[in-house]
Amino acid sequence: MAYTKRVDGRKANETREIIAKVGVIPRADGSAMFAFGDTIAIAAVYGPRQLHPQFLQNPERGILRCYYDMMSFSVTERKKPGPSRRSNEISMVTTKALESALHLENFPNNVVDVFIQITQANAGTRCAGINAASMALAHAGIPMKELVGAVSVGQIGGNVVVDLIKEEEDYEEDGEKMATDIPVAIQLKSKKISLLQLDGKVKPAELKKAIEMAREACEKIHEAQVKALKEVKE
Amino acid sequence: MESEKIKKIEENEEMEIAEVPEEHEEKKREVAVPGDVIAKGANFLPGEGARREGSEIIAERFGLVTYEDRLVKIIPLSGAYMPRRGNVVIGIVKDTTYNGWLININATTRAFLPITEAKSFVSKQEEPSSIYAIGDMLVLKIKSAKLKGIDLTMADRGLHRLEGGMTIEINSNKVPRVIGKLGSMVNMIKTETNCNITVGQNGIIWIGGEKIEDELLAKEAIMMIAEHSASGGLTEKVEAFLKKRKSKEK
Repeated sequence: MAYTKRVDGRKANETREIIAKVGVIPRADGSAMFAFGDTIAIAAVYGPRQLHPQFLQNPERGILRCYYDMMSFSVTERKKPGPSRRSNEISMVTTKALESALHLENFPNNVVDVFIQITQANAGTRCAGINAASMALAHAGIPMKELVGAVSVGQIGGNVVVDLIKEEEDYEEDGEKMATDIPVAIQLKSKKISLLQLDGKVKPAELKKAIEMAREACEKIHEAQVKALKEVKE
Repeated sequence: MESEKIKKIEENEEMEIAEVPEEHEEKKREVAVPGDVIAKGANFLPGEGARREGSEIIAERFGLVTYEDRLVKIIPLSGAYMPRRGNVVIGIVKDTTYNGWLININATTRAFLPITEAKSFVSKQEEPSSIYAIGDMLVLKIKSAKLKGIDLTMADRGLHRLEGGMTIEINSNKVPRVIGKLGSMVNMIKTETNCNITVGQNGIIWIGGEKIEDELLAKEAIMMIAEHSASGGLTEKVEAFLKKRKSKEK
């Protein structure tokens, strides 16, 4: 049986409720919160500031350093706090997804630190993290080409859907895993893709359709990001 | 005699405030986020914080859009202090070297004050640490600001070591609001609170008064400006606030 009706009753191209806020952490240079339904990410930006130890500095341009972590109470089974294989990888892909949208060539030997914390998780945490980080970077006054939006798309038993929840990610039929999860990050002016991961199997035609749907969903995310940023104005 | 003089100055101050309208009341500026199209057509030129892409001018920073003739630029609302030549800033001595001092002025690169710029005459026996010690706060001028470092000078009027008083920190992008048009805001706070105030372009502000209460009142007023920097008619609001607080004390 094909997966035609989604567990939470959404349409295939519908994301969960999006909440975006800017300036949630007063002591940071820039901060933002982004939520896809139950998945909530907060991001804080510090810098640009001198990078130490000195051997890490790049004399040609500033560097971006992202740190992604899930809070121990964000998932049903307690997550051991601190870096892990998974969070290190996500920190790395987040850095790469955001780096190309920034202008850091005027900040040699400097670093921009981005701390992303997931306060509540129900799949799609890295995408929520990228969305929050992109808003926080803009809020911190870092020169940027454009904002970055991210959403996870997926294929469940041949059907392409947007913004999967945990239940859909783990969807099984007769003990066989049916779902494929594809996080996509898109730079919102040039429409370039800066993150594309794939966990599972997918047909070429389905992947193309999935990316198209991600682009549509990112338009909505962009709207929410811009609205949140224009509301702060301090 | 003395009080009459002050009264006259106050009157003048009020005149000035009444004549110069608040920047924000002239025309409401729009907020831009990175990637926004802020102007179209070949008639416009991209200024600071903007770039050209085909026929469009695109914002590269989060801030207020301003049009100056054909130039479209962004006035940032946040971000680190960007030093400019000629800026007067307040810094703290972080380290001494054999030929000068390393100074923290809250910029993204280190700032250096050579000994030759600090004093007109330096004898061979004199060490930098005997002139300014680590932790001293100085009013400095930026001699040159390049990507890799900032050179400072103290050879100008009004540049000195700060003694007594207190320093507070605000975002450097809000400094123009604290100073006000032609210094109207800061002069008003000075006369209302009987304090000396030095505003560094980097967002560090020194307040010195005879009484600690005066200093705290000035601090509160400046913090209020920093918090409500986006609203119009600030000078009047701050003046009303200070007058109310002063009458309460009496």
